[in-house]
Amino acid sequence: MSLAVEVPWGLILALKTLVVLAVIPLGALILGYVFLLKMMSHMQSRLGPMDPGGYHGWFQLIGDGIKFLQKEDVMPDGADRRVFAMAPLVVVMSTFLVFAVIPAGPRLVVAELDVGIFYALAVSSLSVVGILMAGWASANKFALLGGLRAAGQLIAYELPLILGVVGVVIQAGTLDLQGIVLAQRDGEIFGWGGIGNPFILTQIVGFALFLVAAQAELTQTPFDMPVAESELVSGYMVEYTGFRFLFFFIGEFGTAFAFAALASTLFLGGWAIPGVDGTAADVLGPVVLLIKVMAVSFLIFWVRFTYPRLREDQLQAMAWKVLIPIALANIVVTGVLKVAF
Amino acid sequence: MPEEAAETVPAAGAGGAPALDERAAAVVERLRDRLGDGVIETGSACGSPVVRVRRDAWRRAAEVAKEELACDFLSFISGIDWQPAPRPEGEDGGDTSAPVQPAEMTFGAAGSAGRFQVFAHVESTTRHHGVTLKVDVDDAEMRVPSWVPVYGGADWHERECWEMFGIVFDGHPSLRHLYLPAEFEGHPLRKDFPLLAREVKPWPGLVDVEPMPGEAAGPGEAAGGAEEAGS
Amino acid sequence: MTATTPGFELDPRALRHLADAQVNVELDTGDMVLNIGPQHPATHGTLRLVVRLDGERVVAADPVIGYMHRGYEKLTEFRTYPQVTTLINRIDWLSSFANEVPFIWAAELLMDIEAPPRATWIRTILTELSRIATIYLFLGEMGLQVGALTPAFWAFRDRELVLNLIEAATGGRFHPNFNRIGGLKDDLPWGWIAECRRAMRRILDGCDDFEDVLVGNEIFEARTRGVGIIPAELGAAYGVSGANLRASGVDWDLRRDGRPYLAYPELDFKVWTHPDGDSFARYWVRLQETREAARMVLQLLDGLPGGPIMAKVPRIIKVPEGECWVETENPLGQMGYYVVSKGATGPFRVKIRSASFSNVSILPWLLRGVYVPDVVTILASLYFILGDIDR
Repeated sequence: MSLAVEVPWGLILALKTLVVLAVIPLGALILGYVFLLKMMSHMQSRLGPMDPGGYHGWFQLIGDGIKFLQKEDVMPDGADRRVFAMAPLVVVMSTFLVFAVIPAGPRLVVAELDVGIFYALAVSSLSVVGILMAGWASANKFALLGGLRAAGQLIAYELPLILGVVGVVIQAGTLDLQGIVLAQRDGEIFGWGGIGNPFILTQIVGFALFLVAAQAELTQTPFDMPVAESELVSGYMVEYTGFRFLFFFIGEFGTAFAFAALASTLFLGGWAIPGVDGTAADVLGPVVLLIKVMAVSFLIFWVRFTYPRLREDQLQAMAWKVLIPIALANIVVTGVLKVAF
Repeated sequence: MPEEAAETVPAAGAGGAPALDERAAAVVERLRDRLGDGVIETGSACGSPVVRVRRDAWRRAAEVAKEELACDFLSFISGIDWQPAPRPEGEDGGDTSAPVQPAEMTFGAAGSAGRFQVFAHVESTTRHHGVTLKVDVDDAEMRVPSWVPVYGGADWHERECWEMFGIVFDGHPSLRHLYLPAEFEGHPLRKDFPLLAREVKPWPGLVDVEPMPGEAAGPGEAAGGAEEAGS
Repeated sequence: MTATTPGFELDPRALRHLADAQVNVELDTGDMVLNIGPQHPATHGTLRLVVRLDGERVVAADPVIGYMHRGYEKLTEFRTYPQVTTLINRIDWLSSFANEVPFIWAAELLMDIEAPPRATWIRTILTELSRIATIYLFLGEMGLQVGALTPAFWAFRDRELVLNLIEAATGGRFHPNFNRIGGLKDDLPWGWIAECRRAMRRILDGCDDFEDVLVGNEIFEARTRGVGIIPAELGAAYGVSGANLRASGVDWDLRRDGRPYLAYPELDFKVWTHPDGDSFARYWVRLQETREAARMVLQLLDGLPGGPIMAKVPRIIKVPEGECWVETENPLGQMGYYVVSKGATGPFRVKIRSASFSNVSILPWLLRGVYVPDVVTILASLYFILGDIDR
């Protein structure tokens, strides 16, 4: 971080915090608008909201947000009040923390950690604590079942998520996300460096694993048993109303945004544009990253709107019997090839 | 009483209900053959055979139907109260909109010995025939053997019949309320159970109807029903 | 909690203490009593399922019904015959027209009136249309219940075409009340037949879509195959009927095998069965039945006879004394009416045999030992309408 003018660290910290605080609701909003309101409506032959804001109902989500803020804040009688109130914050916090290490340009990164990817995956699974808290504190059987399901599911899919990334780490030789981006930008495909070497080409298995596991981490269909609308009504969220529910909502879409950004960074080359460097890359980087995020999100939401959901035992069987063995095999193959070449 | 029924059923038959065809007659014959004097009377419900059996042959009838007639499908079990509903007598009390039923107690196909009957319909999924079985219920005792051991599905039907008519099914695993709340009192489908909605407030359709000329007791029915008083 | 029934004592507080005590004594898991419904999305209505859970496995299930009981059997005794059709419209509210048909048929049999051929054929068309309207919704709803959102919206979209047709012909989208004793209220409007043909082709396409997105989907199969198997004999003994029974391999359809009614004897159609008896089989059979119904409508439109739509009927309907049992193959299963007439303008007693009541009565047996998600699959695959259970 070297700027022309020397800025006090406190100001930088404040700026960074502001950026993260702005990016996540914004990202959630964009995903919510583009995919939830528009793409889903299109796939389901519905119009979707068209009126608010004049042009294609762009204001709808903001209006929804305002509506949530106005709603009564209901706290169930038997609830553990403090835990109940904290749970949405914990969930959203884990989303915010992930963003801290995702680079959007050569200098646009909030905190450049040497163990970036390790950190990102670690804090992303903090949300399970929040979900368990929500499920338990609601004093509702449906919420409890949802919370327990979420805990089992998130822990089971943490493994394939991490193991799927290990291949990338082996290839890049670093845990630093910025380093992984640079490794892809500077890579070559059989001596041709036109597009660098996005790891999706060599780590297609890892990419698939990451997406499947991310889908489960996001508790999206086909892995949405914790919220399972038709079984558990809304699972751990069932007792939440108003802005507390809004927090879960932002958390859900913010996490989708974060995982899409992680996938873009790990497998699609992140912000990097070969041949563009310096300030130009700082300006174009976020745009490139956003385009890739949207592409990955499209995949995530496409699956979400198309598939039925698995059963809890089938979900576990899939994680332990299918995904993890594949991930392990992928690591072995990657390792052998890394040594060989 | 059965004599009366015997008079009226052919009248209905002449009015359209066809007599039993061969297949239905064979079903009745078989039942009569197996149950002996357990079969009291037979009749027709628009061509569908109706067999009235003695109370002690009620479960045996189900077994015969299921085992020998291949009537594996339980369509329904229900009850019927043959006593006409009491007509309101006061000038302005009660419900006057309901169609007027005959005041004396008459019995339908295959007759009845008393006020209450249980009737059930079973069918064959393979041979495509069916039979309606009826059994008289003793007014004082109100008990009938349960069909649950024969047809599993009899469970809910008998619970419904019990709460609606107060007929107890011997051998039923748990006779408890099905539709109505547990604290509900009375048996709504009995004819003497008043339809309270009509008691406390006249049928809304009546409000604007002028009494027909020459009609004494209150307004008649909405629309065409008004003329029935004259016929 | 008003309708807690004796014999299944449920005091949640007591049970919670019991569970705690057990955990404290030994590492045994206590059963949890979960109320699914009466306001739960999977029960599409007000069915309440009291399930005892061990983890997510159902130990015992007890359906509590009656939240929508309207006492139609009692009310029919206070109505004239033409008024009764208004009530029975609301039994299975998704296929109201199909409800009217058997009752009107019973009255016509008792009065010895026969509807003219054109009325019979239009009745058949509208019955099949309401069959499509009902089952088509199931085809999407089933997806929704196992987690796929999209098919449900497709179902609502295409069902709209059918409802529009019913509305154009009868004036009512949900409750047509179009049948009269001796015929129909009106003839079909101009242009209806061409519109109907178009809609049927759309429905047939829509069935292909459902087949593509659900039947061919591995997750859907994993969720439905082998779930909620109804053995044929047991299903029959419980009175399970319609597609639910045909999915258990029982080749029995009243349109073909029962007493001939409407225009079915003159139609060429296939009765679909499936040997498995599980949720998938029920979905598959209904899918085929929807297609068959659309084809039947096309056939009926081709052969629609001319002539009057109303037979000569006395102005005041008085039904001669007698009893009549009729049953028809309705979208949800077999619907029957046992009508007892004493020669008055209204029936003396009407026993309504509704399909869903019997279909759901097998639930306590069917739900034992399955997982909570399977409860939802089974409920969805049995496909009941609350009004058809509670009457």
